[in-house]
Amino acid sequence: MAELLKIKSEAEELRKEYFFRNNQAEENRQKENQAATRIQCWFRACKVQAYLRHLHEKAIIIQKIWRGFTARARFRQMVKAAYFIMKMNFYNEMAVRIQRRWRGFFVRKSIHNFYARKSYLEGLSIKNELVRRELDELEELQKRERDCLDMIKEQTVKLYQAHRLHHLLSTKQCPGVFNSPFRPTPHETELLLRQVKYQAPTRLAPRGRACLLGMPDSAPSFPGSLGSPWIKTTRTCRSSKPILPPIVSKKQQGLFREPGEVWEQRVRCPDLTLHLQNSYTHLEETQNQLQQHKGTGSVFHHVSHSSNSFTQLA
Amino acid sequence: MSQRHIIQVFEQYQKARMQFVQSVADLTARPQNVEILQNAGVMSMLRPLMLDVVPSIQQTAALALGRLADHSDDLAEAVVKEDILPQLVNSLASQNRFYKKAAAFVLRAVAKHSPELSQAVVACGGVEALVLCLEEFDPGVKEAAAWALGFIARHNASLSQSVVDAGAVPLLVLCLREPEMALKRIAASTLSDISKHTPELAHTVVDTGAIAQLAEMTLNPDAKLKRQVFSALSQISKHSVSLAEMVIEAEIFPAAVACLRDPDEYVRKNVTTLMREVVKHTPELSQVIVNCGGMAAVIDYLGDCHGSLRLPGIIMLGYVAAHSESLAMAVILSKGVPQLALCLSEEPEHHIKAASAWSIGQIGRHTPEHARAVATANLLPKLLQLYMDASSSEDLQLKSKTALKSVLQKCTHLPALEPLLYDAPSNILKHVVCQFSKVLPHDSKARRLFVTSGGLKKVQEIEAEPGSPLQEYINAINSCFPEEIVRYYSPGYSEVLLERLENYQPA
Repeated sequence: MAELLKIKSEAEELRKEYFFRNNQAEENRQKENQAATRIQCWFRACKVQAYLRHLHEKAIIIQKIWRGFTARARFRQMVKAAYFIMKMNFYNEMAVRIQRRWRGFFVRKSIHNFYARKSYLEGLSIKNELVRRELDELEELQKRERDCLDMIKEQTVKLYQAHRLHHLLSTKQCPGVFNSPFRPTPHETELLLRQVKYQAPTRLAPRGRACLLGMPDSAPSFPGSLGSPWIKTTRTCRSSKPILPPIVSKKQQGLFREPGEVWEQRVRCPDLTLHLQNSYTHLEETQNQLQQHKGTGSVFHHVSHSSNSFTQLA
Repeated sequence: MSQRHIIQVFEQYQKARMQFVQSVADLTARPQNVEILQNAGVMSMLRPLMLDVVPSIQQTAALALGRLADHSDDLAEAVVKEDILPQLVNSLASQNRFYKKAAAFVLRAVAKHSPELSQAVVACGGVEALVLCLEEFDPGVKEAAAWALGFIARHNASLSQSVVDAGAVPLLVLCLREPEMALKRIAASTLSDISKHTPELAHTVVDTGAIAQLAEMTLNPDAKLKRQVFSALSQISKHSVSLAEMVIEAEIFPAAVACLRDPDEYVRKNVTTLMREVVKHTPELSQVIVNCGGMAAVIDYLGDCHGSLRLPGIIMLGYVAAHSESLAMAVILSKGVPQLALCLSEEPEHHIKAASAWSIGQIGRHTPEHARAVATANLLPKLLQLYMDASSSEDLQLKSKTALKSVLQKCTHLPALEPLLYDAPSNILKHVVCQFSKVLPHDSKARRLFVTSGGLKKVQEIEAEPGSPLQEYINAINSCFPEEIVRYYSPGYSEVLLERLENYQPA
């Protein structure tokens, strides 16, 4: 019984304990619940964090590889470009070098050729000298021609004068005015007078002058002038121009004769040569003169004639 | 009996008219009588006589009228106002050749004075009538007509255009082929007058083949003809490159150069003018002239003549030298510079001096070599003197200044530059000092000479504004010399030395 009692008391005690414990448990429940939640929360966080970290790590690996790949690709590009630029620079430089040489050569060769310029300038100065000399010669020539013309004119005038003064010619018997016996040689006018052939003037001055110009007698009196081409041209021009026949003027009324006729009467001279200068070749000379008078009076003919008479005289 | 009396009256009247007209014509030959005759109303008396029945009276009246109009432009105006011109022009077509000659003379005398009077001649149809006269057989009539046309065409472009429109040019070219020298001369001179105004007129003249005719006549011995021929050629070639090339292609050139030694000075002048007109267009044309030795001949010609005859030669040298460097060198080699120097010093006229200065500037502006040639001819001081001379004309001053500048900018011949340091004004001095500053850094001998000749001292004395180009050039020169030398030559250095002596305490 005691046992029972003991058990009973124990049961009671147990009941009390049970209540107590139950009570306590009820009191601790919230706290424990919170603690449990916290533990769960922490654990879960740990798990998620671990997962995220894992993901990050993987992402970094991916990025790392990708970035490396692209950067390397870009770098390769850059190197290529840099290499290309370097190459181009080099080529350009070489091209410039070639062009420089070629252009220098070309310009020196053809455009600003120093030697060509030098030789051109030298040639020019030679040419200038030449031109100057030629012009000097030409001027000299022209001057001579002009002088020659003047001389011819002067001679013609003199000849005309001599022609007019022919009556002052000295004869064998009586010396003329220009042939003074007190001088050793006769005056030059006298010599001229001897050369001039006397013609009876049929017409007055202008016609007579024209005759004189065309007269072949005047040619040998200045032989120096024959060489000039100038005179030849005038001579041919003059001889080629035909002398027109004179226009017959109205006859003067009244008893007068024509002036030419009167003049002829006044100056009519006896044939002096026959009586006073009868050399033994006289006949031939007169014949020659006649021929000359009749013929065209070409220079050649005249020259042959004069040389002929000269030999005969000698 | 009565019939004879009546006729005698008429004869007397005719004789009196004839006598009157003849004595008036004789009186008008002297200029001093003209005024008295004008006061006596000769113009209104002559007018009815121009319409006289007797041709010889008409002709003598026209002669008298022409002489009157020839004397003064008042009388020429009076002729126009009296309405004589239409009568003249009408009768120009119908009358005999003597009358035509006299009428053309009147027209010429009227047209000669002024463009307005010529315009009056054109307005009454004078040009067409004169062109008809050019077709006449008689050379005297042709000559008078060509002469009148020349006087009309001389004034301005529109008048010569009216001459061309009347078809005168082909006939004038035909006149060039006539044997008469006077006709040739006047035809050439008329062609020259026509072509001088515009390129179009010159082209019409060229289109009729005038150049070939004119080129043939350059060899003619007649001096007066040659004058006109060369004048016509130069008037044609002055307008454009193509016309000048046509003149060159007529192969006149080596022959024309020979005419530079012609005894007649106007022939020489006109040949030079022709060369000038040809040369001014392009370097190639100048090259043609230079290559045929024209330059040497022109330079010789410059030595022979004086005054305004020199002017075309001088300008020609300038044109040639302006084209290119080698042509300028050719001028120098042909001894052109001494000749120009001679012109510059001999000629009293300012415009000739100005032209010479311009040509010298054109020669010297190309390279240092050219500038050296100019400088050694001692031209720089001469140009400076002309520029500084207050009595020089404005144009001369300007031309000598530009010439001096352009030569100085190329000149490296220091001995010639040195005198300019002493008497040049600052605007010229700038260029002189600039040349020194360019040459001295590279030439030790020149530096030495520059110091010993006193140039450095002079440079130190120049007062330049700080910062001006002149100051920069001076600094550049100073930097070529040791500092002591520069200081030694600076003005006021002796005072500085004396001051230092006073401050010096012997130890």
